[in-house]
Amino acid sequence: MSINIALAQINTRLGDLSSNLDRHLTIANEACQNGADLLVFPELSLTGYSLQDLVPQVAIRPSKEDPVFKHLLQASLEIDMVVGFVEEDARHRFYIAAGYLSKGEITHIHRKVHLPTYGIFDEKRFLAAGDTFRAFDTRFGRVGLLICEDFWHISSPYLLWQDGADIFLLHSASPGRGITDKHIGSADWVETINRAYAGLFTAFFAHSNRVGFEDGLYFWGGATLFDPDGKLMAMGPYDLEAITYAEMDLNQLRRTRTRLPLLRDERPELVLHELGRILKHD
Amino acid sequence: MIDLPINSELVRNILVRFIDSEITRAGYSRAIINLSGGIDSAVACVLAAEALGPENVLAIRIPYKTSAPDSLEHAQLLIDQLNIQSLTIPITEMVDSLIECFPDMSKTRKGNIMARARMIIAYDQSEAFHGLVIGTGNKTEILLGYTTLFGDSACAINPIGDLYKTQVRQLAVDLKIPQVIIDKPPSADLWLGQTDEAELGFTYEKVDQLLYLLIDHRYQPAECIQAGFEEKFVQSVIDRIQRFQFKRSLPPIAKISSRTIGSDFLFFRDSGT
Repeated sequence: MSINIALAQINTRLGDLSSNLDRHLTIANEACQNGADLLVFPELSLTGYSLQDLVPQVAIRPSKEDPVFKHLLQASLEIDMVVGFVEEDARHRFYIAAGYLSKGEITHIHRKVHLPTYGIFDEKRFLAAGDTFRAFDTRFGRVGLLICEDFWHISSPYLLWQDGADIFLLHSASPGRGITDKHIGSADWVETINRAYAGLFTAFFAHSNRVGFEDGLYFWGGATLFDPDGKLMAMGPYDLEAITYAEMDLNQLRRTRTRLPLLRDERPELVLHELGRILKHD
Repeated sequence: MIDLPINSELVRNILVRFIDSEITRAGYSRAIINLSGGIDSAVACVLAAEALGPENVLAIRIPYKTSAPDSLEHAQLLIDQLNIQSLTIPITEMVDSLIECFPDMSKTRKGNIMARARMIIAYDQSEAFHGLVIGTGNKTEILLGYTTLFGDSACAINPIGDLYKTQVRQLAVDLKIPQVIIDKPPSADLWLGQTDEAELGFTYEKVDQLLYLLIDHRYQPAECIQAGFEEKFVQSVIDRIQRFQFKRSLPPIAKISSRTIGSDFLFFRDSGT
């Protein structure tokens, strides 16, 4: 089975839900026309990243009636998609969230677990942290969602892997920094680790990162898809808005895992046992 | 570890798009730059001309009677090379009318008045030309506080404020800035014979290497000394950075209400765009 994935590295208008929604619908239509089955937007694609006190103004209680989600769900009849937004819970806590929408339904919502609050980041000041990593079934197979900083903690994809994820969808609003005489330092790191995860988990690892500026922050784009062998299947341009298309041949999972049975030989019960011992010592 | 060279092409591309993004999102399409004849404003001008088109960039030359004559010539070289718009507005009369009120005025006071007079001219042109003022302060001078508050530091956006002076030089070479501008000693040109490096007491090349370790790589002072810098030099630079923190901050507002601008009323400037 093959699926066509589209990674949309878009710019966003900061705090402007309606304009960003229009952009999503336009791109969903375009990706659909181009034969994509699954479209991944970047982190906070409906709101922009540096929200600060805009958080409560743009927060959404996702449902079929919600004025933003109803359009996205309608579009999801044609194409599965991952969108980024601020989710408000019933008790008015605000989360950075990634929603997987398919066939008019919200299949899954992941709330960002790891909120960076250091250096240029200040997420915990304005947002609540999620507390689960759950893989979920889609019409293409079992998927795991990761939002930006989640990915820097190796336990995040590990848990999703153990929960059955064969397709990892990471989306980010990653600011470029650390430019030397070669390249954007932050981009180098992200690409290296994306590739490493694809290889270590013998799974598909897709990354959709936004572009554009917010005040002085610059987002670098550069979407990637690595296959279970760690091979780069597609890469978006740096800096520019683009939709990057790639075909994922899901049979590659079987071929790679037959050759390299890392999943078969993994020892999660050992990890659990040892972590239990280690944490008890604390 | 001291890895100051930058990928000029990548940086140029980011800064050009930064200028375009920030100016257009603020609702403008034009920019004003105080073109001093030095390297920093030359680099900012090239980037702005590329971002907005030469016809949308206004370079202003703002000489005082003691300004070096070649400052005007060097600025003109770049204006001709880029084919940008330009104006020359001498400030001798407006500055002298204030200086003459205080016969024993220090050099520093006079220099500050000139820098702030240039700010007034630039911001007046901002309204007249319907553009935003582009800052030309580099990371070295911002960190060392080697600027006049509300003078040369005043701007709407600053494309080169995260580049050390030596990195600006590298970019200038790659942007094909006229060699004479790159080669001359950096100077605020506030009085005859003034040079930055004589006034600061060290070279940009040396201090940039130290700043790169201290700031970018978070070295402890002792680690900088171990890396080969003299203790006195390290301490004097650290003192300068701390002493001039006020030049890098907005003025503190005394908190009275339940929500205060700057402390718990927080929005990016680009909000809504």
